[in-house]
Amino acid sequence: MKATRRKFLGTTAALAGMAVAPGLLLFEPARAKGVSSKIRWGMLVDATRCVEGCTACVAACNKENGLSGQTGPDDSQWIRKVELTEQSTGRALSLPVMCQHCAEPPCVDVCPTGASFKRADGIVLVDRHICIGCRYCMMACPYKARSFVHQPLTGQKPDVPRGQGCVEACTLCVQRVDRGGEPACVEACRAEGRNALTFGDLNDPGSAISRRMREAGAKQIRADLRLDTGVRYQGI
Amino acid sequence: MRLFAALAFIAALAVPAGVIAGVDKPVIVKAQSGPCIAPPEVMRREHPDLLKHQRTITVHEGVRNAEVDLEKCVTCHASKATGSVAASPQDFCESCHVYAGVKLDCFECHASRPSQ
Repeated sequence: MKATRRKFLGTTAALAGMAVAPGLLLFEPARAKGVSSKIRWGMLVDATRCVEGCTACVAACNKENGLSGQTGPDDSQWIRKVELTEQSTGRALSLPVMCQHCAEPPCVDVCPTGASFKRADGIVLVDRHICIGCRYCMMACPYKARSFVHQPLTGQKPDVPRGQGCVEACTLCVQRVDRGGEPACVEACRAEGRNALTFGDLNDPGSAISRRMREAGAKQIRADLRLDTGVRYQGI
Repeated sequence: MRLFAALAFIAALAVPAGVIAGVDKPVIVKAQSGPCIAPPEVMRREHPDLLKHQRTITVHEGVRNAEVDLEKCVTCHASKATGSVAASPQDFCESCHVYAGVKLDCFECHASRPSQ
């Protein structure tokens, strides 16, 4: 029989499959389904409902993710309240700024190890197992959204592992989203009676976030960079 | 009498085996509930690979509450004394890792105590 290249490759693949299969079969019964690219998670910030001095979203984020809440140069801040005043009119704005979960994230572009990545559902994350703490992503981010953990940490939340030497940022509370929940900041804003934050699927035209964006319009911060952010702002 | 001497000799050989080796065996604290996901001999050898395989699936694909789950390991194996798997050299993870001389860095980031 003439051994063709195709046959040889086929046999090799079959043998490799047999060799690997026993170990994998033991521990991979009915693998759970992961995130889908049919969804794109996003958040709409209604700046007209956000009020100066309210930091409920920031406090909720710190509590949910086990952040210290300090704002020194060495402290992690995943969400910040920003107060703006338009100079010509004196119009004041207050809004939260966090990782914008770009569709074309610069942090992912520059990451040398692949630790910065975008999930199929649009959430931009840092895989701390791979992060080497080079901080290129912090330089690349136009929103100053990322923080570096300078000191050893203790008492982390079981759902939110964090540690020294890694870069981190808003995860849209991925630990909640994966279980069908919504980010802690959104919940806190609603509990405060403001309802300035809406979380949902940007790909679903029937979702609350899509409806609000369609009716009231929404802008991206630094839209000129064409990063197609997942966090959008209304009334800015 | 000879039987007794023989038994005593065997006992003398058997009992101080750990002492002769010069290194204390790791303390294996019994887990708090139910059977593990695999037999002990499999877990002893395979747990790093299982966890490493799962971490990618969880972080990148968002699969939570999988069968292999570090949080579940911690929940069952946290010691009664410290409430942790790695707070003292007698705790479950720490005792074996010290014995084997393998650095344990999971808990620099992950919680070594179960959620309350």
